[in-house]
Amino acid sequence: MMNIARIEVATKVFDTRSDVRNKRLINSGFQNIKNVKIRDIYTLTKLFAYKELEKIAQALSNPVTQKTHIILKKSVRSAKLGYVPNWAIEIGFLPGVTDNVAGTTKEIIEDLLKLKFTKDEDVYTSQITFIEGKLTKNDAQKIAESLYNPIIQRAHIKNYAQYTKDGGMDFIIPKVTLQKNPETTVVDLEVPDEELAKIGKSGIKGNDGKRKGPMALRLSYMKEIQSYFRKLGRNPTDIELESLAQTWSEHCKHTIFADPIDDIKEGLFKSYIKRATEEIRKKKGKGDFCISVFKDNSGAITFDDQYLITHKVETHNSPSALDPFGGSITGIVGVNRDTIGFGLGAKPVANYYGFCFADPRIDISLYKGPDLTQKMLSSKRIMTGVIEGVNQGGNQSGIPTPQGFIYFDERYRGKPLVFVGTLGLIPKKIKGKSSYMKKALPGDYVVMIGGKVGKDGIHGATFSSEALDTGSPVSAVQIGDPITQKKLSDAVLKEARDMLLYHSITDNGAGGLSCSVAEMAKESGGCIAYLEKVPLKYVGLAPWEIWISESQERMTLAVPKNKWQKFSQLMTSRGVEATIIGEFTKSGRCKVLLHGKTIMDIDMEFLHFGLPQKTLKSSFTPHHHAEPDLKEEKEYTQTLINLLERPNITSFEFISGQYDYVVQGNQVLAPLQGRGRVNSDTSVFRPLLSSSKGVILSQGLYPTYSDIDTYHMAASCTDTAIRNVVAVGANPDSIALLDNFCWCSSDEPERLGLLKRATQACFDYSTKYETPFISGKDSMFNDFQGYDKHGKPIKISIPPTLLISSIGIVDDISKVVSLDAKISGDLVYILGDTYDELGASEYYRFLSEKLKRTVIGNRIPLVDAPKNKKLYHTVYKCTQKGLIASSISITRGGLGIALAKKAMGGMLGLNINLANLPGKFSHNSSALFSESQGRIIVTIAPDNKKTFESLLKGNSFTQIGSVSKNDTFEIRGLDNKTIIKTTIDRLLKSYRKTFAGY
Amino acid sequence: MKPKVLVFSGYGLNSEEETKFAFDWAGGSAHIVHINDLINKKFSLLDYQILAFPGGFAYGDDTGSGNAYALKVRNHLWAELLQFIQKDRLIIGICNGFQILVNLGLLPATQKYGTREVGLMHNKQARYVVRFVDLNVETHKTPWLKDIKSLSIPVANGEGRLSIPGDILRNLKKRDMIAFRYFKGEMSTYLDLPANPNGSVEDIAGLIDPTGKILGLMPHPERGMFFVQLPNWPLLKEQYKRQGRKIPKEGSGLKIFQNAIKYFS
Repeated sequence: MMNIARIEVATKVFDTRSDVRNKRLINSGFQNIKNVKIRDIYTLTKLFAYKELEKIAQALSNPVTQKTHIILKKSVRSAKLGYVPNWAIEIGFLPGVTDNVAGTTKEIIEDLLKLKFTKDEDVYTSQITFIEGKLTKNDAQKIAESLYNPIIQRAHIKNYAQYTKDGGMDFIIPKVTLQKNPETTVVDLEVPDEELAKIGKSGIKGNDGKRKGPMALRLSYMKEIQSYFRKLGRNPTDIELESLAQTWSEHCKHTIFADPIDDIKEGLFKSYIKRATEEIRKKKGKGDFCISVFKDNSGAITFDDQYLITHKVETHNSPSALDPFGGSITGIVGVNRDTIGFGLGAKPVANYYGFCFADPRIDISLYKGPDLTQKMLSSKRIMTGVIEGVNQGGNQSGIPTPQGFIYFDERYRGKPLVFVGTLGLIPKKIKGKSSYMKKALPGDYVVMIGGKVGKDGIHGATFSSEALDTGSPVSAVQIGDPITQKKLSDAVLKEARDMLLYHSITDNGAGGLSCSVAEMAKESGGCIAYLEKVPLKYVGLAPWEIWISESQERMTLAVPKNKWQKFSQLMTSRGVEATIIGEFTKSGRCKVLLHGKTIMDIDMEFLHFGLPQKTLKSSFTPHHHAEPDLKEEKEYTQTLINLLERPNITSFEFISGQYDYVVQGNQVLAPLQGRGRVNSDTSVFRPLLSSSKGVILSQGLYPTYSDIDTYHMAASCTDTAIRNVVAVGANPDSIALLDNFCWCSSDEPERLGLLKRATQACFDYSTKYETPFISGKDSMFNDFQGYDKHGKPIKISIPPTLLISSIGIVDDISKVVSLDAKISGDLVYILGDTYDELGASEYYRFLSEKLKRTVIGNRIPLVDAPKNKKLYHTVYKCTQKGLIASSISITRGGLGIALAKKAMGGMLGLNINLANLPGKFSHNSSALFSESQGRIIVTIAPDNKKTFESLLKGNSFTQIGSVSKNDTFEIRGLDNKTIIKTTIDRLLKSYRKTFAGY
Repeated sequence: MKPKVLVFSGYGLNSEEETKFAFDWAGGSAHIVHINDLINKKFSLLDYQILAFPGGFAYGDDTGSGNAYALKVRNHLWAELLQFIQKDRLIIGICNGFQILVNLGLLPATQKYGTREVGLMHNKQARYVVRFVDLNVETHKTPWLKDIKSLSIPVANGEGRLSIPGDILRNLKKRDMIAFRYFKGEMSTYLDLPANPNGSVEDIAGLIDPTGKILGLMPHPERGMFFVQLPNWPLLKEQYKRQGRKIPKEGSGLKIFQNAIKYFS
């Protein structure tokens, strides 16, 4: 019999967690709920004396606020609550899912009682929600569903009678019960092409006839593998095939960007993105600030004489669709490792996020499986889970989150986009060695540090390379443990790095060890791994699973033999597990052994470069969209208010206010600016407290423009990303960009045609602005294939989405400018020209929804780079001279929204007249809501008028009004008549309304 | 000689670098020391004049914020810590550090050191809250707060709501052991937000022990030590410029660190 004890911790004073859950449940329609009480449960499967259990219970609770119950045997007594709830719902983890609290609890108990848990003894945590109120069983079931995710958790429901009769909830041990370690098998590739294709798509067939999960190896790849192994005179093992699948995956190799397309032999990445950076660097000559681009885990530019700044933005879309919390937390801590894994290790100094969802206020059911099976989570659930994941990942890691955005479109309902980024700081030299160069040498140990390996995250890389459908594996989801990683990060970055205890380091991300070890082995020329040495969470993993598992919080290092002892001691003393799992060689081969037996032996050359190229074909058909019948309206106050309430424009303070942007003390311009706490597109932080230099962060994103033309979509993204940082004070000559392409159905020529046009624009505009790309990432299959609420097959593809992120360096942070209007009497100027460019704008989307038909028009903004570039240099001169009191770049929603944000930010009225607005346009609606690029609104002190205007000579600009003494927000139109008149309070009320309850 | 400051680190504490920066800037000589190096006796608490438990997320707040780290201190460093307290030296706990001191029973310690008397619970929003607040200094029984009337610095926490049993609260008031209360000052007026960010009992934001040598607070003075860390600095800068005034470098949070260093000078 197993020794089991349950320690239940209840709160005896007012408990906000319970109170908030109570309110949220009432809000979601369960008005009958009178009271909710939450209890935390620790289940211990180890023999303890009762005295010891009492000691443990005391350690796990605060006697001032909590009381504990120790339950060894269920009885009437053990079910005594002191109140009568109608239902008890217990949520716990499924076997094998990372339980962070349990890990800490185990450590506490071991330290407290000076003992060790054996591998058969463990701790499991769960939580009971007691609910008082008249609810049917169906209600209780629904509540449970809203509290747990069946992919990673279990729920048990009891009514009070049952609860009392049973003596409480049941003792449940979610122990992984895998029998023994499965062995390596040989995969017969001498089969008909049809079967070969099946293996590549759905996986290797196990003894039970079941396939082991998607490898995303298309037939041409399988044929190449077949012929390679024919030459060797044998069939591959499962680990060899799985390993090739990881390394050759779209996720790792980016074949769509690398393969030839039409007449572009070098592929899109080399000819458009990389070439742009090369040309810019050459042109800049001595002014080149790029240090390490497109080759490491992040891109790096010069910060000052001694330091570099790195930046990297990733996506974690597919996992977030299935387990929003797990997907986004592993996304953010994963991209942190791209920083820790840059060069010899950069310190994460800022996090960054961007989320694309379907409107959470609309609930539409989708199913992965036929006959209404495998229901997808609602967009609201996905949104709250994703937000919470980045909250925990970022906050717990002690990395500030100064910048982010949210964006909504119905087409993200099948697959949300979760962008996560991290900026890092690294000295240029460490003990005289260039920090951004690294090289594993033959003879170095392959060392894995951090967490252990489990079944979590199998096939992550290959799964994200395919559309989401019924075959998507649940094991592709992981749960992050930020603290394990924080310990690792501190030990590496703050100690081991500066002692030069290793030659190279990289992240264990997609593809796990199979990718990280093989990637580093390129530096030395080969590797040999001893798989039995890899620390495992539990027995029962097949060798190929150990090799490709994406269990979190792990990094791989090349540690020279003579430094191993020192390195190992340091890691142990910091509570970080470090294990030698192999050796780097110069054999030219990637070898894996298990207990002395070779189970993988592939040429490095074939592994990395054997993947056959395929020439992609693209096509392009311009589309014409219906235009709305634009009539001049008498006034636009209500329209402005409606736009302020739209999810793409409205305040998301509920996110900005829960993501720590003050940790590390590096905040300069926070995500919420001014008295009115307006969300800014641009933020500033100071990575080195001893320096006056700062980093300005922003982005550009216009997915709906892709409906009209991806070329101008990409041009607008680029211009916006640059303009946003210039408006705040960045030097236009020191801006770097990152590209993140999230596309859909990228095997279709039309979609590839759209991609080609977008990358062309990236080349054209980055070279015109001389803003190099330093890093990028793509995710090419953001499609959902499943069933609607009637069980009818449905495919939802995201709009082709390009995120251009920008980073600018400013020498003196005290010169940066926030968006809020500052002082009554200041003059308001618009810089740049306005045109009738409302195509696919937020205003036309609003009209389309109002009219219930798509009238997104055709005229999207065209970017005049030379003209804008000149203006941006002038703006820089003005910010340097301190002439600008407030500044906002005009983006989504146009001039009307930018003015409203400026006014709300300062809580000051504006008096605006559009009669002399520069540009060429026909209606007030264009003046107000056109999204023409290249425009900035600034306010200046009246005393600065002369200097400011003379500096701006040669640019398009006009004074359009002034900051009021009262709180009236008034705009006069083209014919001098008032078209908008309202108060700041009224605007703010709408601006804060949409997500008020979130 | 500069007063020596030990800043704890390890297991998810994360504000050690800026806390060290604050003490160094204030004129001290601060060292970041991993708790395991104290446990392994590589360093000794007694070699320092000031101990700082900085902010962070020790053990990810598992089993309650500050609890697991406090247990580690209690299991290994308790005797040394008590010895430290007996001397005329100072201790500060900021945010997670305050949670650690509360779980160690070093604050408020109305009767004796080592008994937990108060709790820091989930915020009333049951969510992590980041914003600037204003603190009114309520006691002068501590060198940490000498000549300070009020501070405007940020909070950033998930479990910052003080829960204090009635008898203890009465005792704290009587003995002048309440360090700060949130109040509607410059920052909460500027941001138009309620004074109390998390529902803490009687707006209490920090406590001292009976000697005044130990201070704990939820808000972060080291994140409000520079002028450019303040949310309203761009507005103030514009106003100062037009009034011909100099733009300051410091924020009010620095004073706490300066007071501690001054105490030993």
